[in-house]
Amino acid sequence: MINFQQVSKTYPGGHTALEKVDFHLKTGELAFLTGHSGAGKSTLLKLISVMERPSAGNVMINGVDLNSISKTQVPFVRRDIGMIFQNHRLLARHNVFDNVALPLVIEGMHRKNITKRVHAALDKVGLLNKVKCYPETLSGGEQQRVGIARAIVNSPPILLADEPTGNLDPELSWEILKLFEDFNRHGTTVLIATHDLGLIARMKYHNLTLNKGKLLLDPLKADIS
Amino acid sequence: MSLLFKSRMSQASNTDTSLVMTWYFIVLNIMRQGVHSLGEIWRTTTASMMTVAVLGVSLTLPTTLYLVVKNVQQVSSGFENASEISLFVKQGLPDKETKSLVKRLKLYPEISDVTYISNEVALEEFKQVSGFGQALDYLDSNPLPSVISVTPTKRHSKPETARKLLIKLESEREIDFGKLDIEWLERLNALLSLLRESVITIAFLLLTSVILIIGNTIRLSIMDKKEEIQVMKLVGATNQFIQTPFLWTGIWYGIIGGFFAYICIELMMWWLGSAISEVAGVYQAEFLLQGLSFFEFTNLIVLAVLLGLFGSYLSVKRYIKTIEPDKI
Repeated sequence: MINFQQVSKTYPGGHTALEKVDFHLKTGELAFLTGHSGAGKSTLLKLISVMERPSAGNVMINGVDLNSISKTQVPFVRRDIGMIFQNHRLLARHNVFDNVALPLVIEGMHRKNITKRVHAALDKVGLLNKVKCYPETLSGGEQQRVGIARAIVNSPPILLADEPTGNLDPELSWEILKLFEDFNRHGTTVLIATHDLGLIARMKYHNLTLNKGKLLLDPLKADIS
Repeated sequence: MSLLFKSRMSQASNTDTSLVMTWYFIVLNIMRQGVHSLGEIWRTTTASMMTVAVLGVSLTLPTTLYLVVKNVQQVSSGFENASEISLFVKQGLPDKETKSLVKRLKLYPEISDVTYISNEVALEEFKQVSGFGQALDYLDSNPLPSVISVTPTKRHSKPETARKLLIKLESEREIDFGKLDIEWLERLNALLSLLRESVITIAFLLLTSVILIIGNTIRLSIMDKKEEIQVMKLVGATNQFIQTPFLWTGIWYGIIGGFFAYICIELMMWWLGSAISEVAGVYQAEFLLQGLSFFEFTNLIVLAVLLGLFGSYLSVKRYIKTIEPDKI
């Protein structure tokens, strides 16, 4: 599903964020992306969501080379990728419903269907009773779940999460991870960047570890692929 | 349509495939965004009203000048006909020849009335009117020429036809020169066209500033929503989608600003109305101040909308694509 082929990324100014990264995440897989701050986790996710372009190598999604995607096509790529951020990135001026509905509104879906889907997504994350609330009135864990509902509302085949449990206590983090597991069971390919190693240790999943822009060997790789 | 997953249909179009329905939804969405951005203006009333007021005032000024030109033209069109041509008879012409000239003139088909004022009569009149009285008695000879006052028929009292008639009359051997009493009108018309030119210049300058002001307002509002735009781009919004509400804001500014200008003008008309009818009363003239016709009103609104749209388009084109979701 997500295939990196000798991908390097050097930022203007000479900082090398990724160096010859090579991996293949298969359809329906759930994997963690770990490493210290500045190891290149965010850069790797940005390359998948076409916020950055690789300096060398190819990023393929479902067999399509992202280098061949033009600027005007980028929004359509992003519609196939659900993204979850550490700081939620919700729209403060809009309520929970409008926040979750945003991807559907952008696609031009009919109002009737939007309501149905938003309610289904909020139900999945257990926030159906907060439809009319504004993000700032919610707790951190709730805000994160709204962000997750927005990412899955149009049922994308790929889900990317950047430090989704960054600000949450272990119990809430565990709940969030359970949510991701649930989506994965329904066939979504999930990639979660995190430095919460204790959390990962409890779960037996594919683990990509970045160190100074290089991918370390994955001890679990043999078991999974 | 999905780029990466051919089998994955767009969430929006999986139920309606007909072209008509697709267009219907596109139009519906644009309309929805229009209503939405009107709500946005409503929420930021103070800032929006200031922009609208600038637009309104800037439109009021050239429109007022336009109305002035229009009304003056209306007044002058009442005087457009030449009521009289004065012909000055050559000095020292014998009385007999003058009389035969008057007779000849009376036979002209273009002339309805001829009055002869001999130089003695003219001098007598001048004595009485000027008050020089006695002083004029010291003159050796009468310096005034004899004048024949000619009234053209209705058909020949239009400016061009009257001018033709004047040339024809001046070619008469006994006549020194003639004078048409519409020359002041031509001067007025020249002044009017000067005024009209300045209306266009002033309007051009003001409207340019309106475009810049609206462009700047929209730019500020784009910067204010920077984060929102980044999030929208993250979840797959096209530039098109993001810019539509801003374009709508420009259109609404135009519509509201146009109405603002219209109200200003109506108030001004109402304010000036009584003063003008007083002036007209003094001159014993029937005069009705003309306001904007419905056609002119729609033109005003359309112009305002175009300005708003253009101003916001400039900003939107320039700034929306520069905002990218670079930081997660």
